[in-house]
Amino acid sequence: MTVFVRVFLKEGVLDPQGKAINDALHRLGYGLVSDVRAGKIFRLEMETADPDAALASARKLADQLLANPVIEDFSVELAPAGVPR
Amino acid sequence: MSAPRVTVVLFPGSNCDEDARVAVRNTIGADARLVRHDERDLENPDLVILPGGFSYGDYLRSGAMARFSPAMDSVAEFAGRGGAVLGICNGFQILCEAGLLPGAMLRNSGLRFVCKDVFLRIETKRTPFTLVLSKGEVLRIPIAHGDGNWTADAETFRGMVERDQIVFRYVTAAGDETDEANPNGSLANVAGICNLAGNVVGLMPHPERCSEEVLGNTDGAKLFRSFATALLAHRS
Repeated sequence: MTVFVRVFLKEGVLDPQGKAINDALHRLGYGLVSDVRAGKIFRLEMETADPDAALASARKLADQLLANPVIEDFSVELAPAGVPR
Repeated sequence: MSAPRVTVVLFPGSNCDEDARVAVRNTIGADARLVRHDERDLENPDLVILPGGFSYGDYLRSGAMARFSPAMDSVAEFAGRGGAVLGICNGFQILCEAGLLPGAMLRNSGLRFVCKDVFLRIETKRTPFTLVLSKGEVLRIPIAHGDGNWTADAETFRGMVERDQIVFRYVTAAGDETDEANPNGSLANVAGICNLAGNVVGLMPHPERCSEEVLGNTDGAKLFRSFATALLAHRS
């Protein structure tokens, strides 16, 4: 079972990378883009067939390691069936 | 009186470990040793230094992996008993990730790695490393980091100010706290902080790189000498 964990800086925490990318996109003429936040995606292969157990474990490990709760928020999501490895 | 015992924890990717060991040996005559990250025995230190560098390649976040080293369990226990801990640069990042110091590090606001001398103002004398310095005294110390933009939520920061946990701020040579004097965008020009008890201190600048005449600057030695004085007072 595959789980995605997405980690982003919290709202209100300055994201210098996102801002630099946003500025670059504007220089390239992408005026529709009003804001960019840069984050991380982790793809976890879990040895279970129980989606609740997979998500619960992913939430716990994201809170403990993948995200720093002082500055970052995270979300967990089961990968759709058949997502390529 | 026996020499101060200093343990420098060596993580994979540390690169200021030897500098720190030599600095405390030459400034305060410390009996200084390196202890590997996978050891649990810190060898009965008076002071533990978490050195600068790029532990675990700065993977995930600076300091995030080092926090799970066996040696860090012992460091947390030592700190909990009131032992003196100094985290320099990556060591500061590790202390924040380990929850031994509040707040967290963001990428430098200018997005660049910054390597230069900065001016630091001593904000409190309550730590072993600032005990013999004067509040308001300005030191010149080099920085070298890409993730030194320390931050904390407003409530945490307010509490820290009330409890005198801000130890160093980036200032001008004249001691003024300005945006221009802040090299990385850190909250309120913070360059170093301490825990509630004052025995655990982290700072981004590198005192070990400016502790001897031959290095052209000895301001960093003041922190180590202060520790030696604090230790003497503690022992007597």
